[in-house]
Amino acid sequence: MFRNSYDNDTVTFSPTGRIFQVEYALEAIKQGSAAVGITSDTHVVLVALKRNAEELGSYQRKITRIDDNMGLALAGLAPDARLLSNHLRSLSMRQQFLFDRPLAVNAAVASIADKAQSNTQQYGRRPYGVGLLVAGYDEKGPHLFEFLPSGSMLEYVGSAIGARSQAARTYLERNFDSFEKCSLEQLIIHGLVALRDTLPQDKELTFQNTSIAVVGKDTKFTILEDDAVVPWLDKLDSTSRRPQRRETANTNENNEEGETTDITEDMVDNTESTESTNSTGSVTNAENAEDDNANANSSAEGDNETDPNDRMED
Amino acid sequence: MQHTQEKWGRPRDDVYGPYDASYLNSEPRTQTLQPTVTGTSVIGMKFNNGVVIAADNLASYGSLRRFIDQERLIKVGSETVVGVGGDVSDLQTIEEIMEGLEISESYDEPAQSLTAPNIHSYLQRIMYKRRSKLDPLWNALVIGGFKNDEPYLAFIDLLGTTYTAPAVASGFGSYLAIPILRKLVDREGDQQNVSKEQAVDAIKEAMKVLFYRDGRALDKYSLAILSKKDGKPDVEILKDVRVENQNWSMAKQIKGFGTQDE
Repeated sequence: MFRNSYDNDTVTFSPTGRIFQVEYALEAIKQGSAAVGITSDTHVVLVALKRNAEELGSYQRKITRIDDNMGLALAGLAPDARLLSNHLRSLSMRQQFLFDRPLAVNAAVASIADKAQSNTQQYGRRPYGVGLLVAGYDEKGPHLFEFLPSGSMLEYVGSAIGARSQAARTYLERNFDSFEKCSLEQLIIHGLVALRDTLPQDKELTFQNTSIAVVGKDTKFTILEDDAVVPWLDKLDSTSRRPQRRETANTNENNEEGETTDITEDMVDNTESTESTNSTGSVTNAENAEDDNANANSSAEGDNETDPNDRMED
Repeated sequence: MQHTQEKWGRPRDDVYGPYDASYLNSEPRTQTLQPTVTGTSVIGMKFNNGVVIAADNLASYGSLRRFIDQERLIKVGSETVVGVGGDVSDLQTIEEIMEGLEISESYDEPAQSLTAPNIHSYLQRIMYKRRSKLDPLWNALVIGGFKNDEPYLAFIDLLGTTYTAPAVASGFGSYLAIPILRKLVDREGDQQNVSKEQAVDAIKEAMKVLFYRDGRALDKYSLAILSKKDGKPDVEILKDVRVENQNWSMAKQIKGFGTQDE
């Protein structure tokens, strides 16, 4: 059987110049559910899709506040994100304590990017298995940075990470030139539409699985969850339907992320939400549950939705 | 033959003499318990468009005029001046700390702006940390600059005690200069009615009174004028400014010390 002998540690290059452990870490991000970030010239918005490990379980938080001027959305291993956000919080507090000023966003991201990079160059360490979208506002205006376990930090007008995030990026690329002058409200809606594009066909944004966060000029970092997102989801429904964009998004998704089994399994994996809009009712659900079991047994292909081992990535 | 264990492996007393334990009974390590070479008052006041700070160029060794060219105003970053009174070696420490701050701030790209409130906060933390180590930096600091385009003026002492005010002074200046400066800026906001020229004149007058009455003062001083020009901070540090129009005719009225015929 094929065995990759260059992926045992982070300090060995493959003959083709790759560091496999870092690439695997980037795969861990794609296992996590999607997060989208967009900037206007005054604000940054993060939206993220939360997952619950099981129907009766709580949803994993996707957005974390760092300080009044900064927060982040994560995709991948949540515990790794916790470590990084704790680090950012202490940096932020120290900046406030020593210098009486907020932490600059670029300095914050550079700090965790340096941490991530050193993990790719020291024996016996592993890269972080998480990608972050760091949103913040400082004296230079609003900023959105993407942090990756490779140690890269890039600033974006709009970006998306996590499962099926290519669909969201496609939406952002089509619309990014209008973001700059967007109002906060329009910006949030753009974010939600982009996030909705990442959903499999049978899933919807609900007040339970959607997180929204905003930060910007005269706006402290605020996370909207549960009841607070309901009005935004209502606005989303009234401003745009999800018409044929679904198809294009799915096509992109399959082509560019190489996840081939999503659609069918996602359609089957309907046990998640009891208030599903599925009009065929409980009989169908029961059938689906059976299918689901069958699927779990045959999930060696490695798709994310039904494999219990993958639940740790959010 | 050494019978007792505590003697084993130690130099023999009959060859090397008994162990000299006197260092164990010496005084503990001491920090600065008093300043040695010192600078006297630093004074500062706000005006409608900025801040003026002055400190003379004397470093005294006790009552001796030891160094007459000590610069005591430090420019930090692009728009802040820190005036330092008290121990001069600690002044040099603060200079080094400020230089280190400027360097580490310039690492970030793009760099965040480093303004007077930031430097004030940082120095206050340093002063309080040092006093908490029972090793204070024996200084009084006056920080002048801008906060959101408004003039900013603050004071810190060797305990880390700090405040902001439209007129501040350290040492003898708090008795002799503050009343003169407060004629113009008594309360926060009064600086709106004070022009740059008025402020500079008041500071010069205060430096004159300080030279007359403070035995550790010099008639040569540095004057920093921080103002906003077209919304941009402008820092002008005048060096070797002299106390002008001195009038010592009252000197012969003073009795009670020195050589006097009578």
